[in-house]
Amino acid sequence: MTTGFRILPAGDSTIVVEFEERIDPAINARAIRVADAVQAAAIAGVRDVVPTYRSVAVFFDPLRTDCRRLVDWLVGEANRSVETPVGEQVPISVPVCYGGELGPDLADVAAFANMSADEVVATHAHAVYRVFMLGFMPGFAYMGVLDARIAMPRRQAPRVRVPRGSVGIAGGQTGIYPAETPGGWQIIGRTPARPFDAERPMPFLFKAGDAVRFVPIDRSEFERVASNKEGRASL
Amino acid sequence: MLAHTMAEALVIRPGLLTTVQDVGRWGFQSRGVPVAGPMDSYAHRLANAFVGNAAESATLEVTLVGPELEFDDERVVAVAGARFEVTVDGHLAPMNAPFPVFAGSRLTFGARVRGARAYVAISGGIGVMKVFGSRATHVGSRMGGVDGRPLEAGDRLPLGDPAGPSRSVSEKREHAPSRPASPAKTSSIRGMTARAARLLGARAALLGRAPSAGHAPDGRDMPDGHARVRVLLGPQHDCFTDEALRTLEGAPYRISQQSDRMGFRLEGAPLTHSRGADIISDATPMGALQVPGSGLPILLMADRQTTGGYPKIATLITADLRLAGQLAPGDTISFAVCSPGEAMAALIAQERRLMAVERPEVA
Repeated sequence: MTTGFRILPAGDSTIVVEFEERIDPAINARAIRVADAVQAAAIAGVRDVVPTYRSVAVFFDPLRTDCRRLVDWLVGEANRSVETPVGEQVPISVPVCYGGELGPDLADVAAFANMSADEVVATHAHAVYRVFMLGFMPGFAYMGVLDARIAMPRRQAPRVRVPRGSVGIAGGQTGIYPAETPGGWQIIGRTPARPFDAERPMPFLFKAGDAVRFVPIDRSEFERVASNKEGRASL
Repeated sequence: MLAHTMAEALVIRPGLLTTVQDVGRWGFQSRGVPVAGPMDSYAHRLANAFVGNAAESATLEVTLVGPELEFDDERVVAVAGARFEVTVDGHLAPMNAPFPVFAGSRLTFGARVRGARAYVAISGGIGVMKVFGSRATHVGSRMGGVDGRPLEAGDRLPLGDPAGPSRSVSEKREHAPSRPASPAKTSSIRGMTARAARLLGARAALLGRAPSAGHAPDGRDMPDGHARVRVLLGPQHDCFTDEALRTLEGAPYRISQQSDRMGFRLEGAPLTHSRGADIISDATPMGALQVPGSGLPILLMADRQTTGGYPKIATLITADLRLAGQLAPGDTISFAVCSPGEAMAALIAQERRLMAVERPEVA
């Protein structure tokens, strides 16, 4: 008996629990709850567990895992996850300097939204976003759901180089590039915060399920925080 | 206890793309950290077994054109995977068997015979710093290995203590009957000294008996420009037409020049989606065949990103990943759908072959 999910094998060493095909905080909360349960259970042979928007992948060593038991157990956890409440959380505040050379696509997004640049900033910074999942590169959080008016699609031609800390928009998603990389998101600003820093005791700023709010700062505040190691570390 | 100076291997020539790899960086994919690890995990583990290292020890993954290394102390070395002409100080060294090197010895890769990636295991393992529990190099995120990059000339690779923790797996074999070490007869290095014999003898004692090439997989199935691999359908094969499922098992695909450790872009017959080429992004196992809008599949390999937004028509079975890992741009690959039972049987057979080398006393 399964409610709103199915179990999909992905090869012989990964099992996927897939919930309904929607981007929805309640569905994402189910996936995260199942992932947390797998982590907590420390099942022999399980190597990794990856919650995404609406699914959980469990990576295991097929020679050291009782696969049938694992599937039965996952069915139980997935059924139990129906009651997962989407809790109110204190959002993580991320300072962002919008526009100018740090946010070269802000004007394009404003044109797309038929708004002023200030209105785009106000719209982006007004909401509390959910971290649905991490992927693409270490520490990259896919956050949503963006106000539909500013949900501009990716750039036609991706940039060869997007600087670390760039804050971007791609459809209904927003995110921060944790390191310099090629990328196609519309860049509207930059944060001095570091979503990923391997040298930190807590290397990752975000995990799936977190709440995030963007706080506009000016260029001098950006430079001050960016040059202040302790200020950054406290973010 | 780091009072002693750590032994090193000096990189004289780096080769085309030589990286430090171990079993991979597991446990952090939920934070977007790629697994990396060997393209051919089987050959990586085999090389470690030949020198008495734990399966988790770091080796060098050599790609198409191999490196030249100089050692500053005595070590046992083994090369497994792709066939190369490998010499030590000008003398031909065996593949798939341990051989000794000494202070000042130069290990030199020459011509490639078949396969794409060889693994160099050195007794004691390569002791670069672990990042998130792993020494595996992920060039894309500049993580692990030597500064997160391929080897460069002049790099000094720290080597672990051959009697150190990497041997702990072997040391736990209390149940193993201890047998006298028989003289090693695998090395084709002429003029092997008594010291060399002693080194191999010590390694043989560790394993319970002398390593013999007779116990090694002889590598007749090492791909020579083509591999036929088995897949299990899914996880998203229902996103494709029935025709696409037949096409997948048809003519071989060619591995394009835009292929690397992240994935192989395949050229051949397009696979038609039945309901659009986008899915809500999900996790990406190694060996998954992801199909973007063009219909041309991408085989996701060791350095793949942790998530992807294209449907995956099928996934290679674990036992055949090593065959794919031995292909290079220009080579061809074909796919055959198999059952979960066949996948498991193949993996168990492979594990038995590895165990026969790792623990000959119980084989």
